Amino acid sequence: MTTSYRVMPGPEHFLPPSAASMGIRLPDPGQGSIHGTIVTEEEAMEQAARQLLSAKVPTIFPGPLVLWAWNEKAAKKAKAIRYLYETIKESVDSSQHAMLIPMPDYRPKYPKINPEIEINPNHPNLTIWHNKIDACIFVGVHCHQANLSLKIIRGGTNCYTIAMCAQAGHEDAMLSIRDTTADKLIRLAEWVKKLKGSVPPPV
Amino acid sequence: MAAQASFIGQKNKKEQVYTDPWHMMNEAARTPSFFTGSEVIKEAVRRASCDIMVAYPITPQSEAAALCGELFAEGYIGDYFRGESEFAVMSQCAGAAFGGARVFTTTAGPGTMRAMENFPMWAGARLPIQMIVTCRGINSPLSIQPDTLEIAYLMQTGMLVWHAETAQDFYDWILKGYMVSEEPDVHLPLALCCDGFFVTHTKDMVDLTPVDMCLPPYDPYRSPVPCMDMECPPVRMMRDPFVMKSNYISYATHASWQQEVWAAVERSRKHTIRWMDGLIDTENADADVIVVASGTAVSQSREAIAILEDEGIQVGLVKVKTLRPWPGEEIREATKHAKHIIVPEFNVIGWLAREVRSTVQNNERVHAGPHVCGGMTMPPEIIAAEIKTVLGVKAPSLAGRGG
Repeated sequence: MTTSYRVMPGPEHFLPPSAASMGIRLPDPGQGSIHGTIVTEEEAMEQAARQLLSAKVPTIFPGPLVLWAWNEKAAKKAKAIRYLYETIKESVDSSQHAMLIPMPDYRPKYPKINPEIEINPNHPNLTIWHNKIDACIFVGVHCHQANLSLKIIRGGTNCYTIAMCAQAGHEDAMLSIRDTTADKLIRLAEWVKKLKGSVPPPV
Repeated sequence: MAAQASFIGQKNKKEQVYTDPWHMMNEAARTPSFFTGSEVIKEAVRRASCDIMVAYPITPQSEAAALCGELFAEGYIGDYFRGESEFAVMSQCAGAAFGGARVFTTTAGPGTMRAMENFPMWAGARLPIQMIVTCRGINSPLSIQPDTLEIAYLMQTGMLVWHAETAQDFYDWILKGYMVSEEPDVHLPLALCCDGFFVTHTKDMVDLTPVDMCLPPYDPYRSPVPCMDMECPPVRMMRDPFVMKSNYISYATHASWQQEVWAAVERSRKHTIRWMDGLIDTENADADVIVVASGTAVSQSREAIAILEDEGIQVGLVKVKTLRPWPGEEIREATKHAKHIIVPEFNVIGWLAREVRSTVQNNERVHAGPHVCGGMTMPPEIIAAEIKTVLGVKAPSLAGRGG
């Protein structure tokens, strides 16, 4: 199916469609996707680094799959995420504010979430609006919950979404990398380091 | 996949070797065997590394549930029990799948309808349960004969729905079905349908994969939702804002959730095309007349096409293998030159013709019929007669004796 639909920062619609229903397809192993277009994984890595460096509030949202040390891989990935966060923090200028906000579980938070300390897939907008987040990375979030959030974020915010998925990727994110391991997270950090100073900060 | 790959080459307690599924299905030697459709289900399940089967084996439509009980007794299925009703069975299947098991069940006709509430719940909860549906009549007066009306309901549930023509399809698709439905980007239940009695009770030659090979076990850690987390949706339903709150973000969550289920159906295309070699099969697609059919209507159509060929009338055939995902693009392409599209069906409402009409351009080309229902057979001659009528060729009545 050929499609002219592109997965772009919103706010898109009262109820934006799922990208899959608009003909956007997931990348194969070794590939990534940017706005729904299939690219090489390396191109996706570079573009992700550029987005993070040019954002006012680049933020990582680690999910339960990497927040708890339920196996060796998860613990290794958590360390790589911390390294990526520290790298972004060191690579942006003083007008930018890198954040690391966890998604510890998927329970809807009522009567009110504390958006300064967590994000929730059922109402992710609240955390994004409160912290003025304009670029984010989802990592370690179960795929269904990630897609749920990514669609809601696209519908109601202008945040640029990046999915570092351990499985097949996310067509509802503006940029997606699949089969994410700790090594790939470190590779992204290396891209951030490499491009430091060459990407203009936000106006 | 890494966790599944780590099992490959190891043996289960029945000395079957966990085998790379692609090799098992496409490269391993096959043994021709003469089996009923029900027996074929048993043989596929024997090789499917199922953790649990739940059954309500009252239906006379298929012996599969009872035969799988024998498999359990032989040690090929992890656990097996009988539910109190079809509704209970499907709920218990959900519980098992929530807990991370590979689950198999069968049903038919009124049983499908009784359990219907569960199927959108399975899809919404992203449970890759496989359910064999050996279709039979669902309306009063009841019939144990084949009628595909229940498929029309299943197509709206968010499940994957495939429609097997033959026992060979059934055998291959049960095993391939797990490979597609357990992909993390899909992770949906599969209703694998056939026309009961015609496929389940008749014997056919089926090429079986080696009995000492089986699929690698299901890896629940690849699931797109957490296993059995009682505090999170979808398990925690009623206390959550989807139900209890009326505000934009609660609606958005629920709406986005539903979209995600259908997005997963879309994502299944890529995997299904790889495993099933396309969502449709075509024969002689350049003909002016194309029959589009699924299930045993394909077999009958093939016979009708042979009859017409003897009379010098060329007719093509599209065999629709998957109904969800719906092969819209494929059908549009296969029928683009056709002047007439004939859709024979074993049900009274013509759900396949409706789908085809909503798919192709110039849909006045679509002729819904012939239809039979309530278990009536569909002789190839009535399909041939329908085609002749559409072409303006005189066709004799098949049932009347007229004076």
